[in-house]
Amino acid sequence: MPAEKRIKGDGSGIPDGMTGAVLKVNGDDYPVVFPTNHTLLEVLREECKLTGTKHGCELGECGACAVLVDGQPVLSCLQITTDVVGKSIETVEGLQHGNDLHPLQETFADLGAAQCGYCTPGILMVAEALLEKEADPDDEQITAALSGNICRCTGYNRIVEAVKWAAAKKRGDDWRPDEELFMGTEIPK
Amino acid sequence: MAKALSKPPEEQGDATETEFNLVGKPFRRVDGRAKVTGQTRFADDVHFPRTVYVKLVRSTVPHARIRDIDLSAALAMDGVLGTLVGAEMPDSFGIMPVSEDEHALAIDTVRFVGDSVAAVAAVTEDIAHAAALAVKVEYEPLPTIASVAEALATPEPQIHDYADEGNIHKKVSLKFGEVEAGFEEADLILEDNFFYEGSNHLALEQHSSVAVAEDDDRVTVYSSTQCPHYVHRALTKTLGIPSSRIRVIACSNGGAFGGKSDPFNHEAVVAKLALKLGRPVKITLTREEVFYCHRGRHPVQMNLKTGFRQDGTMASQHLRTTLDGGAFGSYGVASTFYTGALQTTTYKLPNYWFESARAFTNKPPCGPKRGHGTPQPRFAYEVQLDKAAHELGIDPAELRLRNLVEPNTITANWLRIGTIGLKECIDAVVKGSGWKARYGKLPEGRGLGIACSAYMTGAGLPIYWNHMPQSGVQIKLDRSGNVAVFCGETEIGQGSDSVLAVVVAEVLGIDIRDIRLCVGDTDLTPVDLGSYSSRVTLMVGQAAKQAAERARDKISNAVSEHMEVPAESLVFTGGRVFPAHDPDKGIAFNEAVIIAESRFGTLGTTGSYIPPRSPGRFRGAGVGPSPTYSYSAAVLEVEVDPKTGLYDVDKVWIAHDIGRALNPVLALGQIEGSVYMGLGEAMMEEQAFRRLPKHLSSSLVHKFPSMLEYKSPGFHDMPEMTCYMIETDDERGPYGAKEAGQGPLLPITPALANAIFDAVGVRVDQVPIHPDLVLKGLHAQATGHEARVGPAEFPDIDFGEPLIVHTPEQGGDGRAANDPKAKRKSLRSSSGTMKERDEALKEHSSATLTTD
Repeated sequence: MPAEKRIKGDGSGIPDGMTGAVLKVNGDDYPVVFPTNHTLLEVLREECKLTGTKHGCELGECGACAVLVDGQPVLSCLQITTDVVGKSIETVEGLQHGNDLHPLQETFADLGAAQCGYCTPGILMVAEALLEKEADPDDEQITAALSGNICRCTGYNRIVEAVKWAAAKKRGDDWRPDEELFMGTEIPK
Repeated sequence: MAKALSKPPEEQGDATETEFNLVGKPFRRVDGRAKVTGQTRFADDVHFPRTVYVKLVRSTVPHARIRDIDLSAALAMDGVLGTLVGAEMPDSFGIMPVSEDEHALAIDTVRFVGDSVAAVAAVTEDIAHAAALAVKVEYEPLPTIASVAEALATPEPQIHDYADEGNIHKKVSLKFGEVEAGFEEADLILEDNFFYEGSNHLALEQHSSVAVAEDDDRVTVYSSTQCPHYVHRALTKTLGIPSSRIRVIACSNGGAFGGKSDPFNHEAVVAKLALKLGRPVKITLTREEVFYCHRGRHPVQMNLKTGFRQDGTMASQHLRTTLDGGAFGSYGVASTFYTGALQTTTYKLPNYWFESARAFTNKPPCGPKRGHGTPQPRFAYEVQLDKAAHELGIDPAELRLRNLVEPNTITANWLRIGTIGLKECIDAVVKGSGWKARYGKLPEGRGLGIACSAYMTGAGLPIYWNHMPQSGVQIKLDRSGNVAVFCGETEIGQGSDSVLAVVVAEVLGIDIRDIRLCVGDTDLTPVDLGSYSSRVTLMVGQAAKQAAERARDKISNAVSEHMEVPAESLVFTGGRVFPAHDPDKGIAFNEAVIIAESRFGTLGTTGSYIPPRSPGRFRGAGVGPSPTYSYSAAVLEVEVDPKTGLYDVDKVWIAHDIGRALNPVLALGQIEGSVYMGLGEAMMEEQAFRRLPKHLSSSLVHKFPSMLEYKSPGFHDMPEMTCYMIETDDERGPYGAKEAGQGPLLPITPALANAIFDAVGVRVDQVPIHPDLVLKGLHAQATGHEARVGPAEFPDIDFGEPLIVHTPEQGGDGRAANDPKAKRKSLRSSSGTMKERDEALKEHSSATLTTD
């Protein structure tokens, strides 16, 4: 029996103002009942207990809540949940392959592109969508793709480099960011 | 990657000559994997079954007496489980002992739009929200005080009755040396007015707290706090239960920048409601509410008068500042002193007079933000130096080099300077930017600006007076080879967990993955005062080093007996322990621990750190001292469109004297993040207020309490950055390390103003430097007026009789010559070690608390 039927069906007992549905998140089925006006962000965090997706502004300005819906970046704080039932939702929790980190996760961790890590899930998901479209993005493409994300810790430049590094890793290219990003610039003589 | 040491660490001598196991090498932060997988648990990610959600009823008026709070409609709603009002938590709290002026919920009076009046708890956040809106509060309006000028003009009604006078919270006047004589000696005297707007930390994570009652009077609070220890103290005051029954766990902070270093009323509210309802209670603020919590950068007006000699050296300085403090004390008394305290730490200033006043206003309270109180006067100072350089015909970089403070000296205001790498910083950015060939010579519209700064590596004194360690670390080792490290430090994104782990791993020569950290838990970890004042790397690092060295010594003793080799010959590296002369004889680290555990029983060590005693003994001397100071120099390159005033920062060269970078990739992140936040303040960020139109009550409200309109720099605003790290290997820091998380913010705002001057000849003496201000200056320039934009005057304030303090140069003893108030006796250590502290305690040496 499909999971939807187990929850909703006739005489399900779900009261007015509530919706029962099965969300497909990171390939897993999540049967959930939630207030119909709740956003995808709220349902992911509160019903699915997938707290990796963050909130920062409640109005689509900071990008911390970005997830992928059918491969496209979506601000989950502005996304009504009922509209994504049946679609494929991807969050930061689904990014790694088995126990191996995704190249973006590796490069963000190794290059200091994540400090407090609060904006990181949203940025990783938007960057992932970019890399799926563009195997070798330049600075301008990365900046444009991430222009809806705010990071208060890093000063951004490391994030751009980490995305380029991840793209290289994904391509099997051994390019890596300049050594000065790891050790500082050599003091001029 | 680990390399053999030629001799054990205690015999290493000059650290620059030694090979470290891990120090100085870039490695992934210990919490790196958790941060990129969504596993890091921030406070709002903490979930317990049966959680109850709280919303606060917030004041809709800026200043009023509360006539009545009608909770009946809220209580009648389905799903509402309880309410709380101020009278149920009558005890006040506040971060500073001299200004404990906050309550969990307002009692009698509200002091700003957004002040907390009541709390409503319900089974869902939606119901709590609806119930909070259903609470009816009747207010009796009081006059609104919106600015420092209004506070000066309106002594009554007082926002707080403990203010120094009227609505002036705190007044300071400190005079070091012969200030007037210094001005007489000067060839050039510059006097300028400046303004630095307030700004919010805008940490991406909104504040959140969860409380769980375990018993009638035991409660655990998980919170987004930088300072669990101070929250613990505040909860003890407000809950009225013993501190031994309150546990505070600091979750990883989703950014903080000073905005989570106060204890907050919502933390007390959830704890009280958890005890009242017997269920877990959670609150998570909205972004709008974060703007009401605030504690951000104080708006500061400044008047700076400096006397220069012909050669560019300085003879005297008089700095006057006002701070618009908002409605509570917060850290404000310290902030007030900080607008003057570090003025002497970069350049030699033989005579210095500092006067300041902080006003109470009906706005969200200001407090500490990255750089705490010092970016504002640093802006004024560095812009004025640029002006002086032009007046005197000296290159601005050269002018700074001529004035540098000497290492290991004491400043006019009695701050002890350690190492200083500022000359190397200036040289690096000057060479890197091609300054000599390009400054003053770039095409119209393009310019370079330079500025420098200094910052503390940890506040020398704790917030409340005590003789205990400011940082403590415990280490537990056992036969598994795993090393568990317990410390009250708090990870706010800056990498403090990684500092703690790398220091222990370095001493014991083990892999960082063999260390388990337990941090920020007031029940389980020794006290660390918190992640503020750039104190963690130095203080936690030193405490961790001591604890780890004691563990290593214990293991060495047991292993040396076992192997029949001298303990001093044993080397700990690469996860092995071996005699230096015979590496093949070595054993694995966990085998060494087994030998030690067999010999001594259960193993555990502790380490603690207290900063060295500062030589200043006058009232106010407690703000500014630090074990050592970091230094920064920055050059910014801008391109200004003379038609519109719009400008782009194209490139930043930043050099920072970090002492030693324990983990360069994380240290660089702190430097770059500071530059970014400095640019935000320089270019756009402002916590500003407006009055509603008359037909809407004329109420004083936040201009834009949302991220949509509070502008901060995005990806596309960032310039290219070149970062130089200058290593001065300061003996006061662990492995020579100083801070990196705040200092590099400071030179950015003045360097931008100076670069704009080089580009188009316009002086903007205020921040943020909005393009329309540049345009205004360009217009003035084109119409033959002074090409300057900034405040015309400074308020007329009587700061009171100055405390006269003779400088070290004058043969002073660090005390005020004319202090009418009796000195508070106390005991301070003369050094960072417990042994020397004990000796100092025996000698009954005295010092004076800063802020009374």
